[in-house]
Amino acid sequence: MRKNYNFAFLDEGSKREIRRAILKGVAIPGYQVPFASREMPIGRGWGTGGLQLTLSCIGPDDVLKVIDQGSDASVNAVSIRGLVHETTGVDTTTRTQDATLIQSRHRIPERPLTRDQLLVLQVPTPEPLRTYEPRETVTRRLHAEAEYTGAYLELFEQIVRYGTTTTGADHPVMVGGRYVMAPSPIPRYDNARLNMADNLTLLGAGREKKIYAVPPYTRVESLAFDDYPFVTEEFEGACCHVCGATGVYLTQTVDPVTGEQVWQCSDTDYCAQRVSGEQGEE
Amino acid sequence: MGYVAVTGGEQAISASLDLNERRRVAGGRSVDVDTVLSCLPELVCQVQSEGSLWAPEVAAVAVKQACGSVEEAVFLMRAYRSTLERLYTSRVIDTNEMHVDRRISAAFKDIEGGQILGATRDYAHRLIEFELADETTADVRDRLRELEASLDASAVETPAGVLDRVPRVLTYLRSIDMVRDYPLDDTEPVDITKTPLSFPAPRSVILQALSRGLTQAVIAIGYAAIRGFGLSHPTVGELRRGTVAVTVDAPGAGADASEDDAYYLGSIPVTEVESLIVADEVDEDGAHRSALDVGYGLVVGSDESKAIAMSVLDHSLRADDVRFPTQDQEFVLYHIDGVEATGFISHLKLPHYVTFQSKLDSALRSMAEKEDEADA
Repeated sequence: MRKNYNFAFLDEGSKREIRRAILKGVAIPGYQVPFASREMPIGRGWGTGGLQLTLSCIGPDDVLKVIDQGSDASVNAVSIRGLVHETTGVDTTTRTQDATLIQSRHRIPERPLTRDQLLVLQVPTPEPLRTYEPRETVTRRLHAEAEYTGAYLELFEQIVRYGTTTTGADHPVMVGGRYVMAPSPIPRYDNARLNMADNLTLLGAGREKKIYAVPPYTRVESLAFDDYPFVTEEFEGACCHVCGATGVYLTQTVDPVTGEQVWQCSDTDYCAQRVSGEQGEE
Repeated sequence: MGYVAVTGGEQAISASLDLNERRRVAGGRSVDVDTVLSCLPELVCQVQSEGSLWAPEVAAVAVKQACGSVEEAVFLMRAYRSTLERLYTSRVIDTNEMHVDRRISAAFKDIEGGQILGATRDYAHRLIEFELADETTADVRDRLRELEASLDASAVETPAGVLDRVPRVLTYLRSIDMVRDYPLDDTEPVDITKTPLSFPAPRSVILQALSRGLTQAVIAIGYAAIRGFGLSHPTVGELRRGTVAVTVDAPGAGADASEDDAYYLGSIPVTEVESLIVADEVDEDGAHRSALDVGYGLVVGSDESKAIAMSVLDHSLRADDVRFPTQDQEFVLYHIDGVEATGFISHLKLPHYVTFQSKLDSALRSMAEKEDEADA
């Protein structure tokens, strides 16, 4: 009863179907294209949308990098990289500049991507209006009519209640002046890095069965008000305790030796390359 | 290199998988797939029903690999299903031609074709049979011989073919115009594994989603619908259990190809329920009359509770006036799939360091704003 799996796991019919949805997504930046998401050998909600994009686009000559929250070594990144490698045999790398295809959960690599690189983001909740309106039928109509009062209303209510917007990651963006989009929960710091990027970004939500895209050189603006401008995370005075970087996205951690609270680059490859002297100083 | 919380990495994952595999083999015993198939047929059936793939041997291997976890076995089946080419569409299966081994009606005592109780646990006393602890394969064989002898002695003679075309209970109600009539809908059914859900969902979508839904979720939501958070209190018009034949037309056969020229692929066990629910009908003159609506359930295998609950939900999801979550298509259909529900719940175990840092930043900033206001 031994069975052999197809190149890149999915059958060719499924891959073609997913690539069609991708093309539609690229043609309508920020628009969520429904697709018949397949069940994958990793958990639904663990990056199956991104994985289906990766497997549908990958060819034997691609070089793959997978990161989770910025880290190549995070357990889920390791697992996804292993699965793609097992079913395709493609080379993998941790070095951002060497990858042709990067699948990521919740981060855009610090090093700017080029036009020859494809970024695939895993998306848990693709609908930016979901907290405001639970019903898909309604949110689809709101998008069709570009009726985004709800998205602004939420920010407005936060300002009224807390004196500031309190969105965490996944702060909604306006894509190409037309569609409000959930940038997948990338931190607010990463939002600006989608704007007018050289690379194509594909976003895939497996459980919610949606694919969308930000093509190269597309305007991506974070929603905000004139008198309450968009703010990114605050790392004032902080620097990475490993490589000393400032002006990058940092996460808090505890130094195991001193027990002190310290900051560290969330992009582990960027950090490692700085330590080895490959990445230029800021 | 500094300390990174849960770096995990290849080694940790591989060791974790080894630990898990060790748990599987730690008992020092192996169960062969035939044993799983013959001793746990209902488990294997449930895995195929929720996995929406009829492949008993594969399902039995999945059960073995998953150490008996239904959730995990279904997950394995679904992922395997994603790799299979869909080459044919079967001919329409007519459940009138089900080979029935059980068939009951809770609506009428005397039904054409008779009530056939068949094998059921319904009237069993749920006492643990401690003797089973010491049962051997030889005991099982003896027991089978004994039972076959006594059942043969007491069996009523049934003419050949009687169980292959049992009349429907609802035919009588239809003949006296008590059941609401719907025009025959022969539109091509939507395949929900190849088309994403959209709303309002066509009936074919509702039925597929319910039929492969998480068994316990279908039952729980169906229960809510009849207990108080819904308006459907059904009477089981007919519940029938048996096998149906799956056939495909020969390649190149036209739409009018005969059944006789089709290829027989095999038979699958199914349970079908037609529930009757009293519904209010308004005629052209605005006069109300009470009529009966039908809720339909069909599941692979013999889970009768799932089939009945499915018939309840089929009916409640047709309500055009949504008063309860059980009547809300988006509420029910988006959340009833086991692989999706367990997948998203379990993803909460993944690291959220970056996103949580961002949340924390916002919370801190809102606190700072409040303090500023207080100072001002």
